[in-house]
Amino acid sequence: MTTVAAPITVAPTAPPIIRQAGWAVTDSLVMAKRNLLVWSRVPAYIVFTIVQPVMFVLMFRYVFGGAIHVPVKGGYVSYLMPGIIGQTGAFASMGTAISLAQEVQKGAIDRFRSMPIARSAVLAGRLIADVVRMLITIVIVVGIGYAVGFRFQNGVGGAVCMVLLATGFGLAVCCISAFTGLAIRDEESAQAFGLIWLFPLTFVSSAFVPIQTMPSWLQVFARNQPITLIINAMRSFALGGPVAHALWTSLASIAGVLIFFLPLAVRAYRRTS
Amino acid sequence: MGGNGTGQSILVEGLEKRFGDVHALRGIDFAVPRGSVLGLLGPNGAGKTTAVRILTTLLTPDGGRAVVEGFDVVRDAAAVRRLLGLAGQSAAIQEELTGRENLEIIGRLYHLGRAEAGRRADELLERFDLAPAAHRPAKTYSGGMQRRLDLAASLVAHPAVLFLDEPTTGLDPRGRSGMWEVIRELVAQGTTLLLTTQYLEEADELADQIVVIDQGAVIAAGTSEQLKSKVGGDVVEFTVPDASRLGDAVAAVAGLTDGDPFTDQETGKVSVSIGDRGSEALIEVVRRLDAAAVEIAGLSLRRPSLDDVFLALTGHAAEESAATPGPPRRRGRRARQEAGA
Repeated sequence: MTTVAAPITVAPTAPPIIRQAGWAVTDSLVMAKRNLLVWSRVPAYIVFTIVQPVMFVLMFRYVFGGAIHVPVKGGYVSYLMPGIIGQTGAFASMGTAISLAQEVQKGAIDRFRSMPIARSAVLAGRLIADVVRMLITIVIVVGIGYAVGFRFQNGVGGAVCMVLLATGFGLAVCCISAFTGLAIRDEESAQAFGLIWLFPLTFVSSAFVPIQTMPSWLQVFARNQPITLIINAMRSFALGGPVAHALWTSLASIAGVLIFFLPLAVRAYRRTS
Repeated sequence: MGGNGTGQSILVEGLEKRFGDVHALRGIDFAVPRGSVLGLLGPNGAGKTTAVRILTTLLTPDGGRAVVEGFDVVRDAAAVRRLLGLAGQSAAIQEELTGRENLEIIGRLYHLGRAEAGRRADELLERFDLAPAAHRPAKTYSGGMQRRLDLAASLVAHPAVLFLDEPTTGLDPRGRSGMWEVIRELVAQGTTLLLTTQYLEEADELADQIVVIDQGAVIAAGTSEQLKSKVGGDVVEFTVPDASRLGDAVAAVAGLTDGDPFTDQETGKVSVSIGDRGSEALIEVVRRLDAAAVEIAGLSLRRPSLDDVFLALTGHAAEESAATPGPPRRRGRRARQEAGA
């Protein structure tokens, strides 16, 4: 039992700026921890982030794989894995949109805004948690890939670079999703909207099949869209081969998305009131 | 403290807010002395939540000002946030997490250390009778337990001023009285509280001062007793089963007192304020209805409730308007016109 005799224990004066910056980091980490804890408690989320990518690996490897011929050392599974990992990064962002839309809807974001926590913590905590979640999925998918015959052919450095690039790409897509989730503010709509743009964009790319097999009008789009550029760079990191061109263009497109969508997401967050 | 020597914990002056064409607040004023409870009472859409959202720094007003413990909610928003607690409809509760985890995380966000956040969580769980459920996910809690957990979350940092936005809306009677008990205890310890509610009974139970708002404006303010005295004493209430005779019934009793009778067309219920004339007036009502040959049911004489206050002030009932904003008000006016005719 407690008393509230001396009601003010939190200092009403503003703390120094360094302290505030430190709090912005710890607040974001606390929010990230909260989000990961929630994620670990909901079986549906785990199915969505782990079982689904694993199913994709197995289906493409054993169902479609036999029909898809690629001029790559190690065969289709070597071609496939960087594509699946890229797709994992992109699809992880769906959770970002859904969770943020949920939190706006039930008023949780309002509650956080009425508390003296760093303004950036809700958004940053969400993105940190989603990147961690994405890395867990990528590690599991790589493990499954190894079980079905995939091997990195370009050393540990290449493997690490590939994972980093996939993570950067995933983070960029999460920013887009953060914006759409906060702007749409409705769980189901946010999810449906995510599917509408993510599915065509990941499938009309070099992720699962060589672009040369597509009709020529589609090739123009598929060859030049950012997901193809990023997956090509990841593939070069994983399997060896010239990386420079694909890497610079993909880094540029990741930077472009971040520069454009991060401010939009922040603005949408400010407007949730 | 922010140099507020007046003893007012919350001060609201000429507060205005528009959402497009909707004038949500039309210049409201009120003050809450430190350590007291203000009940902000009104139907859905009256502007209660808008006022609370401005006071808790979530919305910027379009006019007027609001001050919490001496700090302007716009200019010194950060300082205000360090002093306030906000609770309401369980918004802060993450259902997948346990009660303890929920409170611990809030404590960490208020920059209590890890150990202190845990200690504070246990203390609050104990205090709100949630200790046995501390390690269960909050989604297994009853509605009343979730509200108590939400309230506990708002108290983690010992706020000087607490805002409760419709804390019992949607709870069953048992959950509601449990909430009331907890809130009363809190108030006894000196926390300043602003409470919004559409339940007149709730404001009556908990608030020292009541501010009644309707359509963005303050229409009355005072203690529960003062508001009740505005109704003008006891109320005679009866129902006319035959809807076509309702007008005759109202006309028959219209001249009885200064105030107009109130009619609810849907239920056929008529209420008449009779001042302090008691049973004499009751007999007079029966006599007049008998003379007009109107058949009635369920005649009663009762003490005024805050519902009657709302009726007297706005011409429509609070809860009724909450269900269907708009039409009941017109219905109230029409009833008055009929009564005057």
